[in-house]
Amino acid sequence: MIEIIISVFALIGGLLSLLGAIGMIRFPDVYGRLHAATKSATLGVILIMTATFLFFLLYEQLFVAKVLLTILFVFLTAPLAGQMMSRSAYRTGVPLWEKSIQDDLKAKMDKDKKKVKAKS
Amino acid sequence: MLQTVLQIVLIIMSISLFVCFIRAIIGPTMSDRIVALDTFGINLIGFVGILMIIQETTAYAEIVLVLGILAFVGSIALAKFLERGVVFDRDNN
Repeated sequence: MIEIIISVFALIGGLLSLLGAIGMIRFPDVYGRLHAATKSATLGVILIMTATFLFFLLYEQLFVAKVLLTILFVFLTAPLAGQMMSRSAYRTGVPLWEKSIQDDLKAKMDKDKKKVKAKS
Repeated sequence: MLQTVLQIVLIIMSISLFVCFIRAIIGPTMSDRIVALDTFGINLIGFVGILMIIQETTAYAEIVLVLGILAFVGSIALAKFLERGVVFDRDNN
């Protein structure tokens, strides 16, 4: 029974990581790739580390707090790193996919540029 | 049964690591490469986690933690460098 639970956690985690990798090679622009990579890879790694934690807790009666700390750290930092990377990609002028129909940030950035020009 | 499933998951994780590596090589812009390397670091954590179960050792727990921290700091530093040309801002206004 314990075996089945750990296997299911590990298998779902591995498949989610594979899904993120496939999304990263198939999406057309940086922002789509970031969307695929950050979310599903994070969830996959969290599930795999949960399986590791359960294995050591149930088979060897060891409470490995470092694994829990890893889960917390990945959960906190992956969205932050994704946001920083997408912001730097937009500011350095990486183009959106040519079939994108909406770009709300562009108007705001143009307004900011005009404000800076008027001040100087 | 557990060993078989874990070896299958190990193969899946190595396929996804390889795909991230391909994207890091062919990525058209620098941002693509940063995203690919960040995902490579996150997948490497899962890979070592599976290895921990297969070998039944907790010796890799610190390594996993340091890998997570290094992937995060590396991505942030590269993104900041690409955006501004510097890693630390120096204006004291």
